[in-house]
Amino acid sequence: MWTDFLILMKQEMAVVAMVFILLFMKLGKDRSNESYMNVINVLLLLNLILGFVCNREGILFNEMFRTNKLIVLEKNILNLAMLIISLQSWSWLKTHKHVPEFYILLLSSLLGMFFMISSGNLLMFYLGLEMSTIPVAAAVNFDLAKRRSSEGAMKLIFSSAFSSACLLFGISMLYGTTGTLVFTELPQHISNNPLQLFAFILIIAGFAFKISVAPFHLWTADVYEGAPVSVTSFLSVISKGAVLFVFVSVLYTVFSPLAKVWYNMIFILSLLTIAIGNLFAIRQENFKRFLAFSSIAQVGFILVGVSGGTDISTTSVIYFVLIYVFSNLAAFGVVSVVTSATGKENISDYKGLYKTNPALSWVLAIAMFSLAGVPPTAGFFGKFFLLIAGAGKGNYILISIAALNIIISLYYYLRVVKAIFMDANSTPLPSVRIPLMSKLAFAVCIAGVISIGVASPVYDYIYSLIVLN
Amino acid sequence: MNYQQYLLPVLLLPLACFLLLGLFGKKYLKNASGVIGTASMLVVTVISVLVAGNYFFADGKIDGVYQHIIAYKYSWLAFSPTMSIDMGAIVDPISMMMIVVVSFISLMVHIFSLGYMKGEERFATYYAYLSLFTFSMLGLVLSSNIFQIYIFWELVGASSFLLIGFYYNKPSAVAASKKAFIVTRFADFGFLIGILVLSFYGGTLDFNTLIQRLTAPQSGEYIAITTASFLGISMLTWGLSLVFIGGAGKSAMFPLHIWLPDAMEGPTPVSALIHAATMVVAGVYLVARLFPVFAIDVSALQVVTWVGAISAFIAAIIACTQTDIKRVLAYSTMSQIGYMMFALGVSRYGGESGLGYTASLFHLFTHAFFKSLLFLGAGVIIHFVHSNDLKDMGGLRKLMPVTHIAFLVACLAIAGVPPFAGFFSKEEILTASFHSNKVIYGIALFTAGLTAFYMFRLYFSIFWRKEPGVHSTHHADGTTSMKIPLIILMICSIGAGFVPFTKMVTSDGVALETHMDILFSLVPITIVMLAIFFAARMYKKENGSADKMAATFGNFYKAATKKFYVDEIYLFVTRKVIFNLIGRPAAWIDRNIIDAFVNGVATATGSISVFIKGWQSGKVQTYALCFFSGIAGLAILFIYLWK
Repeated sequence: MWTDFLILMKQEMAVVAMVFILLFMKLGKDRSNESYMNVINVLLLLNLILGFVCNREGILFNEMFRTNKLIVLEKNILNLAMLIISLQSWSWLKTHKHVPEFYILLLSSLLGMFFMISSGNLLMFYLGLEMSTIPVAAAVNFDLAKRRSSEGAMKLIFSSAFSSACLLFGISMLYGTTGTLVFTELPQHISNNPLQLFAFILIIAGFAFKISVAPFHLWTADVYEGAPVSVTSFLSVISKGAVLFVFVSVLYTVFSPLAKVWYNMIFILSLLTIAIGNLFAIRQENFKRFLAFSSIAQVGFILVGVSGGTDISTTSVIYFVLIYVFSNLAAFGVVSVVTSATGKENISDYKGLYKTNPALSWVLAIAMFSLAGVPPTAGFFGKFFLLIAGAGKGNYILISIAALNIIISLYYYLRVVKAIFMDANSTPLPSVRIPLMSKLAFAVCIAGVISIGVASPVYDYIYSLIVLN
Repeated sequence: MNYQQYLLPVLLLPLACFLLLGLFGKKYLKNASGVIGTASMLVVTVISVLVAGNYFFADGKIDGVYQHIIAYKYSWLAFSPTMSIDMGAIVDPISMMMIVVVSFISLMVHIFSLGYMKGEERFATYYAYLSLFTFSMLGLVLSSNIFQIYIFWELVGASSFLLIGFYYNKPSAVAASKKAFIVTRFADFGFLIGILVLSFYGGTLDFNTLIQRLTAPQSGEYIAITTASFLGISMLTWGLSLVFIGGAGKSAMFPLHIWLPDAMEGPTPVSALIHAATMVVAGVYLVARLFPVFAIDVSALQVVTWVGAISAFIAAIIACTQTDIKRVLAYSTMSQIGYMMFALGVSRYGGESGLGYTASLFHLFTHAFFKSLLFLGAGVIIHFVHSNDLKDMGGLRKLMPVTHIAFLVACLAIAGVPPFAGFFSKEEILTASFHSNKVIYGIALFTAGLTAFYMFRLYFSIFWRKEPGVHSTHHADGTTSMKIPLIILMICSIGAGFVPFTKMVTSDGVALETHMDILFSLVPITIVMLAIFFAARMYKKENGSADKMAATFGNFYKAATKKFYVDEIYLFVTRKVIFNLIGRPAAWIDRNIIDAFVNGVATATGSISVFIKGWQSGKVQTYALCFFSGIAGLAILFIYLWK
């Protein structure tokens, strides 16, 4: 029935509608940048509300598209992140010449992710993934006057091409050996033979590239540094979140026959990722590069949770991504406001920020505490549950090393806090006016960081949805 | 049942008040903060009284037995299906009795402070702290599980730290707040271990389940905790004794009492709230809360009994020799709490033998009224005289008539003169101890005499002794807001004894039939009257008989003035023994081993990070190489090596 179709694909439909509205607005008379942004922000908010009503399970197009309450929640988390990023881009986009194009690119990418999350078939998954990557690569180039921005876009396109090729190669090998690409049918045909194992490794590499797991992470820092701050936050939060959601479900369902192999693989990759993320983050001077490596380390911790392989692991990953949305976007928001006002991007420029910008300093400090996992911020609970999920397998070496690395990560997060509050600086950044929209975004982020950890219903709710499936 | 939903505002209102006053009070609300705090406290008190009244007189009972009801339950941290930390509110006779006492006394203190703290620079902060304290204390008494009580227990400690150190520019106040915090924190460590022991063997943190499991002789948990032993003492005794250490710390039991007299550095209304009626009885409440478990373990009860009795006795002796009005009251508090403790100790579970339990909580109830009255009265006196020392007082009865009458009533109540409140509760304690342990009864009787003596020593020294030098028409009773609580509390101190307590609060929830035995009461009343007579002889007029008396006791008197050198013993142990034997070596290990290790890790991390920085070259072809080597590495590892 066509009504089914509308209900099951409501979020995708909404995003498509947004893209069309933007196109029509662009075709009409000249409009101010503010009007585009207001329309999109309101529509994103409506889409967020839409995500809470009329949720049903269902399958469409011969298992190409599937949805259930959990998937709707995952999409809603991404939608929320998109809204926050859109609010935070206000001061940057206000004077930009191509606002509708910027939104059309990011929304198309978001649409691709929605399809990817809902995919029930590896081919559909691949299409969604590509659809989400290519527009972002164009968006990375959006600081049109800067060469670094173009360089980042170029690198992203090239590297994505490798990874997509590998992923596609893996998928085709899998198809060749099993004769199907449907998620529900694949597990019966997968076994431990070398060809399928190799196909699996190629597919894992494709995933690992997207969520920047070492050693497939090298593009991350350059792209993050070159891209406009809003695109960087999109890449680090939304892209990663979306791929992580799919990664967990593919790993746990499609590749369940290979559980032993992937457990060991995740074990190695997570340790490597945490170590490399931490070691590089210590040295970074550029704030965006610093956040790039810190996000690599965070993904390493998420992999620790993924290694558990139970419902609790899935819960802890989704829960952590939600927390990560709030804490990372709070940090990026501050960088965005500061960069668009002063053009400065180095950590040393932030010295003595507290004297001139106390509000921004507090937001940044809370975000850093949450990323570092200091109680009572949500980040602590997120990491705590990830480690608990990882400990379910009884591999205490992994947990101990991860816990040790959390302590190491404290060093570089607190370095930022120290720079803001304690380091003397004769010429601190000037006092920055925070636009109303960014203030709203900060309020949402900080409320999330403070409340989500303490309020257990959020975690319980996610868990109940997972058990439901 | 649904009236219990109002318990949530009882908790949340003081918290909201704390946040409001703490965040905005100093800047925007200033003097209005006192009114806001008092108004919210009034609402809390009214709700508490209604909820408690409803519980006691309407639907708390099923078949004549008061029920333990969990009004709220909210699973906060679930570790496993069987082990979780919940947040809840328990409704049973003692928690209901306590919320009435806590909110009522807190309200009185709120009103009193309107006048007493007027003009204080940090007026709003003071009310914010009061709200925080009330919130924590109400949370403590309503806690439905042992971990929740621990959280609120620590909150109470923290907020009392803030209140004792309220005059933070006075070094002695800062020192006192630190001392109180450290000593109680030290005791709380015992409490925490006790919690871990009990919950480990009980397999739960919830009070009701824990009590159920540990008191059923057939249950696996009971067998496990009684058969396991450490140093020849069963784990049950260990667990309970450790929990009791926590209680003893908060309740200032010997030898953890040293913080209480110093804590009198805080504002006097605070002493009335914290150090008379609420926080210091938390220990008694804790033992009462776990009483069914205590009751099956006689050795733990012995500990409670003797610690209580010794504290009651020693504190009474010290109180006779102190000259600072608030310190006398502090020691008298300690002595009265000792009373409550040993009353719990001599009690057993259920029926007639449970009289001690009822008596103890009854005494807690009446004591809250007359002791806060004494402290508030002392507050008025100090406000007027500007000194804590008895030397500077005397002949005040005409200058402050209201305070004089109120103080006299409170002294009669605490001394146990019929028909004032203290008489009834003390009588029950004496009866309970007489039936179970004659030695304890003897100590109790002697302490009762001492109590009457030092209270009237205080009374006569303040209000009589000298004739008033100045006959001023000016009333020294303070503002109306200071008089009202005195009068209300005075009425309570007279009337609280007539509350049918034995019908309401008993160890097993069944009403207890008691009857007054005139012949039994004759002995204590005679002793008390004699003590009052002696006090009047010695202190009503200045005639030197007090000094003569002191001279007769000689060294004993001197030792008592110096509080039996307990503080000095603590100082010796910490400075000489702990610092030298543990502190110094620990510092050495910290500097030379731990720091060296940490620095080593930092240096190593730094050099590795410099070394691998080269991989991040910025060239896409390098990245692609790395990417493919990653795949090749994984393939080799998982297809050939690690099958």
